[in-house]
Amino acid sequence: MSRKAQRLVFLLLGMAALGGATALVLSALGGSLVFFYTPSQLERHPAAAAERVRIGGLVEEKSVKRDGTSVTFRITDGKTDIKVSYRGVLPDLFREGQGVVAEGRLLPNGSFHATQILAKHNATYMPRWVAKELAKHDKNLESAAAGPPPNHFHLALRP
Amino acid sequence: MIRRFLIPSQFLGLSAKLLPWLSSFAALLIAIGLYLALFVVPPDYQQGDTVRIMYVHVPSAWMALNVYLFLAVASAVSLVWRQPLADIAAQAAAPIGAAFTFVCLVSGSLWGRPMWGTWWVWDARLTSVLVLFFLYLGYIALVDAFDDPSRGARAASVLAVVGVINLPIIKFSVDWWNTLHQPASVLRLGAPTIYLSMLIPLLVMAVGFTLLFAALLLLRMRTLLFERRARALRLHSPAAAAARRELVGAPSEVLLRGASKGDR
Repeated sequence: MSRKAQRLVFLLLGMAALGGATALVLSALGGSLVFFYTPSQLERHPAAAAERVRIGGLVEEKSVKRDGTSVTFRITDGKTDIKVSYRGVLPDLFREGQGVVAEGRLLPNGSFHATQILAKHNATYMPRWVAKELAKHDKNLESAAAGPPPNHFHLALRP
Repeated sequence: MIRRFLIPSQFLGLSAKLLPWLSSFAALLIAIGLYLALFVVPPDYQQGDTVRIMYVHVPSAWMALNVYLFLAVASAVSLVWRQPLADIAAQAAAPIGAAFTFVCLVSGSLWGRPMWGTWWVWDARLTSVLVLFFLYLGYIALVDAFDDPSRGARAASVLAVVGVINLPIIKFSVDWWNTLHQPASVLRLGAPTIYLSMLIPLLVMAVGFTLLFAALLLLRMRTLLFERRARALRLHSPAAAAARRELVGAPSEVLLRGASKGDR
């Protein structure tokens, strides 16, 4: 084997070993690399009262209640929802039906006290008139099928 | 063609011809892209005018990844085939890639503040891009960390090749883990989730940034080649040879003088 071929084989073997090691590390880390938990995950593995956690999901429609600078709303992942209270400035993207991440503590009464609210973007970009057209189209569908409105703004929430 | 490109002297001739074309097309496309992004693109239905940050943020993020891939491939070629031009290409690319990564991080931070409500979070996507920035800085530092330039180049090349592991982690971080950063809108399975009139300026900017990278790369490679030539000329000139002779003679004299001083 020429020296070039030797170096090439060495490089490829090294990369394969490194890739394998990284894959093992990442699969072992798996769940602990998440930025937030969904309400269902929190229900299954409740955090200790003193533990700071982040929960993420959609702001439930018609759940936002403002009182001065305080606000309460519910975060849902479609299966479970949790009541969140927060006092402070909300990000621009915070609105009903949109993704949100709340950081704070779980209170004994089962509700969540947030110290920071982060809005999550849904990776969809369109002009306003397109969004209006889509909404009109959805309303037509809704009246035709009389079912629940389709949710365009789903998050990739995984257990 | 490729073989010819690999010979430094011919690379200089060819790159001199290519450079004006590459730089003018890059300037043209970036000017068109910025005009479209700032004045033509309609405000986003959710983000309003803030969405215009995307036209700098996303292309620089793509370039940060692509330039690193280029850096790693050039480093591998230089490690295996000892191709001198590959080494020069890698060293020329690193600061450009670092600059794209820096622009990506800063523009992302400026975008995150109004939209997410924070300048920075330690989620998997943001953290892995920060690691990419440090990989670039590490490469640049390592090249010059040895007295022997060829040893520095080899150590840095190994770092560049090892760091390639980070690229799939960055790309798929938003799919593998819950992150605050949104998943991919363009390079994904299925149709892009950006409306066409907003997507086209993004692609114009991406091509413009790619040409800008090519132009800066050729420019920096030429500079590095000239620098090496100048160094070689300095080392082999008659004056340098004379200076070396004197230097070789000097230490013993200095030592002797020092020793005699110490004795007294």
